[in-house]
Amino acid sequence: MKISIIVTLKKAVLDPQGKVIKETLKNMNFKGIDEVRQGKYFEIEIDEKNYEKAKAKAEELCKKLLTNLVIEEYRIIEKI
Amino acid sequence: MKSSVIIFPGSNCDRDMAIALEKFGFKNSMIWHNDTKIPKTDLVVLPGGFSYGDYLRTGSIAAKSKIISEVINFANSGGLVLGVCNGFQLLTESGLLPGVLLRNKYLRFICSNVYLNIKNNSKYFFKKIKKKTIELHIAHNDGCYYIDKEHIKKLEDKNQIALEYCGQDGKVSEEFNPNGSLNNIAGIYNEKQNILGMMPHPERMIEPILSGEDGSLFFKDLLTKN
Repeated sequence: MKISIIVTLKKAVLDPQGKVIKETLKNMNFKGIDEVRQGKYFEIEIDEKNYEKAKAKAEELCKKLLTNLVIEEYRIIEKI
Repeated sequence: MKSSVIIFPGSNCDRDMAIALEKFGFKNSMIWHNDTKIPKTDLVVLPGGFSYGDYLRTGSIAAKSKIISEVINFANSGGLVLGVCNGFQLLTESGLLPGVLLRNKYLRFICSNVYLNIKNNSKYFFKKIKKKTIELHIAHNDGCYYIDKEHIKKLEDKNQIALEYCGQDGKVSEEFNPNGSLNNIAGIYNEKQNILGMMPHPERMIEPILSGEDGSLFFKDLLTKN
């Protein structure tokens, strides 16, 4: 089963890259862009048919390697 | 005293560190990250560089190396551990030091000399250095130290802040903060103060020809008895 995970910086953490992207979009004349936060996206193939079990495994991966919980949070969005 | 420098794929300050340690009298061994044992040693050094190309997060992959569980055991039993630059990033990723090092605030790779205020001397590092302000070199992309409000207070209360970026006269203020680090933090200790993580490179300042010798003070002090 394929699981996808989105990792983003916590709200309180400064995201200088997101800020530069936002400024660039503004310079390109895009209107109404209030904020940009940059994150990471993972697609993981897990050898598991049951979604709940796959999700539990994905959570463990997130906690142990994919995120640093001091600054980041993760969302396991859905099976694809 | 014996030292051990650990090499990861992508380390690039490992040999400079070994030269510095040996220059001041350490008997040094080089340890490969895939090894499972550290020989009898007094000091473990995690050197600078770009382990695993900084993939995922700086230091995050190296923090899962086989040797790291040994480093954690060594540190927990009171052994001295020094992490410089990527080594500092690795120490935070392995949980040996609190907080994290983020991308520099202005997104530039910074390579320059900086002045540092020795905020707290520990029983093991910066024991008897008379100078309050030292000059060392930094070279990093991800040196912006961050920790949440609750934990920064704890770091301050327990005298865990080792180094702060400052001016030549020792004044600590935002204008001397090269990378956006919280409270100008350049280096911290763990609670027991036997682990030191620092972004500046003491091994790059051990010869007058390398623009300064304040790094020598650091290494000589390591070898001084308390």
